[in-house]
Amino acid sequence: MARIEIKGLNKSFGASRALRDLDLVVEDGEFFVLLGRTGAGKTTILRSIAGLEKPDSGMVKIGDHDVGGWTAAQRDVALVLQQYSLYPRLTVRGNLEFPLRSKTRKFTESEIAARVEKAAKTLQITHLMDRKVERLSGGEMQRVSIGRAIVRQPAVFLMDEPLSALDAKLRESLRVELKRLHSDLGATFLFVTHDQVEAMSMGDKIGVLRQGRLVQVGTPSDIYERPLNTFVARSVGSPPMNLINGRMSGGEAQIGAFRLPVSIAGAVERPVTFGVRPENVTLQSGAPVEAKVFDIEDQGVIKVLTLEMGSDRLHVTVPAGTKVGRDEMVRFGWKPDRVLAFDPDSGMNLALA
Amino acid sequence: MAEVKTKGEVIVNRAAIVAVMLALVVMLTPILWITATAFKPRNLATTVPPTVMFEPTLSPFAKLFTKRSQLREPVEQEVYDAAPWWEQLVFDGGEQVVRNKKTGEATPSGFGGRYLNSLIVSIVSTVLAVSMGTITAYGFSRFRVPGEQDWLFFILSTRMLPPIVVAIPMFLMYRAVGLYDTHIGLIILYTAFNLSFAVWIMKGFIDEIPREYEEAALVDGYTRLQAFFKIVLPEALTGIAATAVFCFITAWNEYAFALMMTSRNAQTAPPYIPSQVGSGLSDWTVIASGTFLFLLPVAIFTFLLRNHLLRGMSFGAIRK
Repeated sequence: MARIEIKGLNKSFGASRALRDLDLVVEDGEFFVLLGRTGAGKTTILRSIAGLEKPDSGMVKIGDHDVGGWTAAQRDVALVLQQYSLYPRLTVRGNLEFPLRSKTRKFTESEIAARVEKAAKTLQITHLMDRKVERLSGGEMQRVSIGRAIVRQPAVFLMDEPLSALDAKLRESLRVELKRLHSDLGATFLFVTHDQVEAMSMGDKIGVLRQGRLVQVGTPSDIYERPLNTFVARSVGSPPMNLINGRMSGGEAQIGAFRLPVSIAGAVERPVTFGVRPENVTLQSGAPVEAKVFDIEDQGVIKVLTLEMGSDRLHVTVPAGTKVGRDEMVRFGWKPDRVLAFDPDSGMNLALA
Repeated sequence: MAEVKTKGEVIVNRAAIVAVMLALVVMLTPILWITATAFKPRNLATTVPPTVMFEPTLSPFAKLFTKRSQLREPVEQEVYDAAPWWEQLVFDGGEQVVRNKKTGEATPSGFGGRYLNSLIVSIVSTVLAVSMGTITAYGFSRFRVPGEQDWLFFILSTRMLPPIVVAIPMFLMYRAVGLYDTHIGLIILYTAFNLSFAVWIMKGFIDEIPREYEEAALVDGYTRLQAFFKIVLPEALTGIAATAVFCFITAWNEYAFALMMTSRNAQTAPPYIPSQVGSGLSDWTVIASGTFLFLLPVAIFTFLLRNHLLRGMSFGAIRK
């Protein structure tokens, strides 16, 4: 079992800088999710840890060892990729045995058979063992590639969007299985994704990446409730957090002609970007502000309304049973204690700054 | 699968079949002619109109492999009966096999040795060009090589000049360093001809193989070289087969350099066969039999690799 520590990691590809002075610590046994858009440097971090990419500068430690000079084979990590992760031309069994037959590990035949058997049982792929991998479905393929990772019982699992190529249903069931696997194995998981739902639902901790920098690290509720800046605030939650420019004035939020109560301690007079999640906006007949319903999106459990409020648009989630029509005028308020204030220029959360 | 076709498509389809058949007739007639002539008795080889039906004989092959001279007087019956079947065939044509005065051994013609030379030179140069080309292509495909585009262009540029242009300087160089008329000399030449081609074709194939496969192997505890042999090579087999066929054909068919750079020791079959036209009255059946045998290896080689070629010829279209 191992802790991963990264210090001052830099990596450029030609003119573009993939990682900038990145520091990251994944505690032993943690399920850590790196969340970021395409090009944020997620994959580069994984590849640097795996030893497939040589960083320009910086240190990578796995356990107590600085693995900078180690080859991928020596690092004892497992990698699960989005696709192309199985060896073609081999059967499922061949794929599972492949890592065990490496010359750097000396396993006896019976040991190999036992480990493969155990991995296959864990992932419920025993009936597929003699099938060629090109004849598997997407979900089966990913199961096998996770199996290929666990047969070695490595200290660290690195997963590069392993669920992204699957359809929604399968993704959900594999998500659950991966979490269970993590708690059964007790190994360190570093999971990379661009899908905020995946990040929120799986991670013990989430690291939000932007342009090669780690913006914020925290538990899912930290990230969701106390985002460091507007970027993090918009990265998680669906529909995303509403960000509205206004002013703090007299202990109230002033947005255009509207005034709404807030409970932000030590509020001074200044321009502010208010952040409020759609579920913290409430429709009430006696509420302080009136707005027009611009659009309604019925998602079954909830309805997502888009309200037009002056020049701003506001997402609101309401129970599906709410009777409301397009272009109707509604009155709404928000939960004052759930409203965040950001600096309009830097985007920083004023409460955390 | 049965497809539904419109009338127009049916007509186009039939027209295409007719066109292909015409093309095949045009291309295969010379091969049929050569094959037929290789099994004809000499007096039927040049008849006008051509003889189509005849009793096949192996006498052209008997003559091809032996050194012969004209019979001044008919051979005695006892000698004829005692002779092996191939010598009888030569006697039938009014010639005799030249025998060593002391040992009585039949003197072979140059063909067998030349044919063997062709096989050695072609096979060795193909193996060298394809293996070197594959490794080079792998390097270009997987690693950041400084000046990669320039190097690749340089490699390609060696094909921009007809090789024969450099024949004279090559000849002088070969003489100076003692490569003239050696197998190794021809092998180096043909490998050099084919290498640039092999690098470019193989790069196309290897680029198509997702590098994730090897990286997975690296993480799984294999070295780069082991990953190359276990993962990349099996995937690149189709490309290797296609490249090997092309390289083999180039080396096997090469005429000009073989004629110039070799004489007795290392000469290959292509310059030998036409050299027989000039010696005395041309015996077309012998030339045809030599050509027929010369056609065989490429046909066999291509046939053996046909499954790979079908996929390989559509350059780089491998299943993912």
